[in-house]
Amino acid sequence: MAQLMEPTNLYAADFDRLVGRLDGAWSHFADARRAAFDRFNELGFPTTKHEEWRFTNLQPIVKTAFVPAEPGAAVTTDTIDHLAFAAIGGCRIVFVDGFYRSDLSNLADLPAGMRVLSLGEAADDALVCDHLGRYATTDDSLTALNTAFAADGVVVHVEKNVNVEQPIHVVYYSTAGDRPQVTHPRNLIVVETGGSATVIEHYASDETGDIFSNAVTEAVIADNAQLHHYLLEREHEQAFNVATLRVQQGRDSRLESHSILLGGGLVRNNIHVEMTGEGAHGLINGLYLPHGDQHMDNHMRVVHAAPHCDSRQYYKGILDGSSSGVFTGRIVVNEGAQKTDAVQSNTNLLLSNSARIDTKPQLEIYADDVKCTHGATTGQIDEKALFYLRSRGLSESAARGLLIYAFAHESIDRMKLEAVRGIIEKLLVHRLPQIELLEGLL
Amino acid sequence: MTTTQEIANLADAKREYKYGFTTLIEQDYAPPGLNEDIVRFISVKKGEPDWMLQQRLKAYRHWLTMEEPEWAFIDYPPIDFQKTSYYAAPKKRPESLDEVDPEILETFEKLGIPLHEREKLAGVAVDAVFDSVSVATTFKGKLEELGIIFCSFGEAVKNHPDLVKKYMGSVVPYSDNYFATLNSAVFTDGSFVYIPPGVKCPMELSTYFRINAENTGQFERTLIIADEGAHVSYLEGCTAPQRDENQLHAAVVELVAHKDATIKYSTIQNWYPGDENGKGGIYNFVTKRGACRGDRSRISWTQVETGSAITWKYPSCILQGDDSVGEFYSVALTNGRQQADTGTKMVHIGKNTKSTIISKGISAGHGQNAYRGLVKVLPGAENARNYTQCDSILIGDQCGAHTFPYIESRNPTASIEHEASTSKIGEDQLFYCTQRGISEEDAVSLIVNGFCKEVFNELPMEFAVEANKLLSVSLEGSVG
Repeated sequence: MAQLMEPTNLYAADFDRLVGRLDGAWSHFADARRAAFDRFNELGFPTTKHEEWRFTNLQPIVKTAFVPAEPGAAVTTDTIDHLAFAAIGGCRIVFVDGFYRSDLSNLADLPAGMRVLSLGEAADDALVCDHLGRYATTDDSLTALNTAFAADGVVVHVEKNVNVEQPIHVVYYSTAGDRPQVTHPRNLIVVETGGSATVIEHYASDETGDIFSNAVTEAVIADNAQLHHYLLEREHEQAFNVATLRVQQGRDSRLESHSILLGGGLVRNNIHVEMTGEGAHGLINGLYLPHGDQHMDNHMRVVHAAPHCDSRQYYKGILDGSSSGVFTGRIVVNEGAQKTDAVQSNTNLLLSNSARIDTKPQLEIYADDVKCTHGATTGQIDEKALFYLRSRGLSESAARGLLIYAFAHESIDRMKLEAVRGIIEKLLVHRLPQIELLEGLL
Repeated sequence: MTTTQEIANLADAKREYKYGFTTLIEQDYAPPGLNEDIVRFISVKKGEPDWMLQQRLKAYRHWLTMEEPEWAFIDYPPIDFQKTSYYAAPKKRPESLDEVDPEILETFEKLGIPLHEREKLAGVAVDAVFDSVSVATTFKGKLEELGIIFCSFGEAVKNHPDLVKKYMGSVVPYSDNYFATLNSAVFTDGSFVYIPPGVKCPMELSTYFRINAENTGQFERTLIIADEGAHVSYLEGCTAPQRDENQLHAAVVELVAHKDATIKYSTIQNWYPGDENGKGGIYNFVTKRGACRGDRSRISWTQVETGSAITWKYPSCILQGDDSVGEFYSVALTNGRQQADTGTKMVHIGKNTKSTIISKGISAGHGQNAYRGLVKVLPGAENARNYTQCDSILIGDQCGAHTFPYIESRNPTASIEHEASTSKIGEDQLFYCTQRGISEEDAVSLIVNGFCKEVFNELPMEFAVEANKLLSVSLEGSVG
């Protein structure tokens, strides 16, 4: 497959500069970094000839001369407070253009047994030495690129049997620079045996600027542990965003991943889960709402490597304008992973004539005693339901808005954390047509 | 748990290929290898006009520029196209049934196709392809009365050049894909059907293909045209003798349905699947495509795929006419080391077009069974509808079942549904049967047949019976 990609030696000078800048704390990662950069140069950016990138054209990224972002952009607490979730309070860690900003973050009230660090400051932490780069393989060239340039991001560590209910709010804010800027946030989440944590990854930006965020998050959920992960994409609508979540699940562990894609011009959201312990549970829930010229590509891969695991993938898309959406979901059941119970569902609502959706729900099964189903639908608003509401006195646009809201709400209902759910609900409502009418109704 | 264990044990048991024998008849080989001279040799042997040769050469030259595709979920050693012989035909060219080589007739006898008897018995006109040249065609008289043309492709090139020129390559162009292009260059024979406007073909048209000569790939070319308001049901069935070397089978089937026309194409494919270690067996790389050209036209594909070492085909429908309908019903069974990557493509172009896909995959032994399908709705296809259901059953823990549907929608009024499930035979279903005194083997066979019923219902009567039998035979040694 490698020959399908375009070879490149982009970013070589940037890479050398980065290596020169990083201090001794990173020495344990130097070899992996170099190997990843070589790997990226070998693979190049994927093209649409590459099966996994068939419907997403990265040419706009390849053609833009991105330079690594510089620290020190002027962003005030106000700007960050204006983003959602300020109301939740609690812990917040903020990265501006990929760099940790202690002045904007608030890590004062961390509960005992939990550590939230900046990767840049904790590069030689024992946890980082143990885990960084172990899970996110560099088969994918963008992950390789991230590994090569990984310099900052969040490290979340939850100790054994520590249950943290309060969410950790991680903000990645990109500013409009003079030149096209790229950031490579690299995150590590480790939840030890019996622990639990909630992490919100929140991508936001100024209203303009050529920005490209290429984030990778590695998460390890040990036996009996839980991770609730939220990804919220709200960058401006010309931004490029590739976010990869790579999860390793232990025995009887639980993952709940929720992705809400609202912003960004070209967005690719990879969620790759490997269930290596028996009896693991996975819920992968997603909602994407492209409009205008936005392109949102959701790429799911769940590997059942151990018996008795169950996984649920629910992805919903609402597409308007001349936007496009992609869903690729693959359930892989390895040999020996008996009693697997996997469900995958992708439903799409097309609101305009020029919106398009490409969906590929896939099953790859090598064990016989399994229950795997998948389903995919695309369609428009049900005329009968619309008629029903109109016959009860609702205007057509209000009825439409209500039905779209109801369609999206199934995804929101799956989010456990009420505070988060409420905020996302509000964000969602503001994206729907006829919002004034709706607000009266709800 | 005993049931699972026993099924697994049974899967290991050997099974013999029922139709494995070689007919010793003199062959008129082309020397192995592929070059322009071979293409010319085939064309001369077939006594073709120059335009046909030029088309072949155009296809051959294009083929040289192409690369063998490798995206399918199948695994096979590289094919040496220079080792294959591209032409083998019985020397005697029969004018009537009496002149047919007795040995060939015997072969058909063993397969249960008594050519001369079938005429009366089943009411089926058989255009039997023995290796590459049509041996005999029956029922011609009756069909001619109605203006129906049912003949070998070679005859059609000679007698109906206008129709062939007009339609050949109009659905599967010579440059379509690697194996279709190869076929366009070296195809030897096949069937040609033309149903004139308003005619409903009074009988099922049927062709039995046989691969016979060693090292001879068979490259059939089938073209079926149903003119305005015409109806036709076409049956295709295959068996092949046991052999050690893999044989390549790269057929092309083109269907054209005009306004209000209906074509139903049923296949039972039972080529030699190879021995239990995966040695030998047919590579079945086929391009089948139908175009619903006119409004309210309908094309229906039904296939029961139990044979071949590798099955790689996607019978497709291009729904161009408004209100046209495409259907695909498939049972694919893989046992032993068989591999299948099969499915369909439904391309919705016209308004109110409908398509239905029902695919049933059964994997046993070390079989790998993949469904791959595309449903594409173009911007003009207002109110297009698609319903897809693909279910898989796994028998034993060494096999695999995979599903790769592609859904591409460009029209918001389109409604597309896809459902798929994979499971094993339910323990409770088995228990229910066995506690009523049905043996475990029979129970499994019963359940598998029930699983496939939706597809078998679509087959013509005589085929449905055969399909049931075939499924039991193919599962023999794996479940019973």
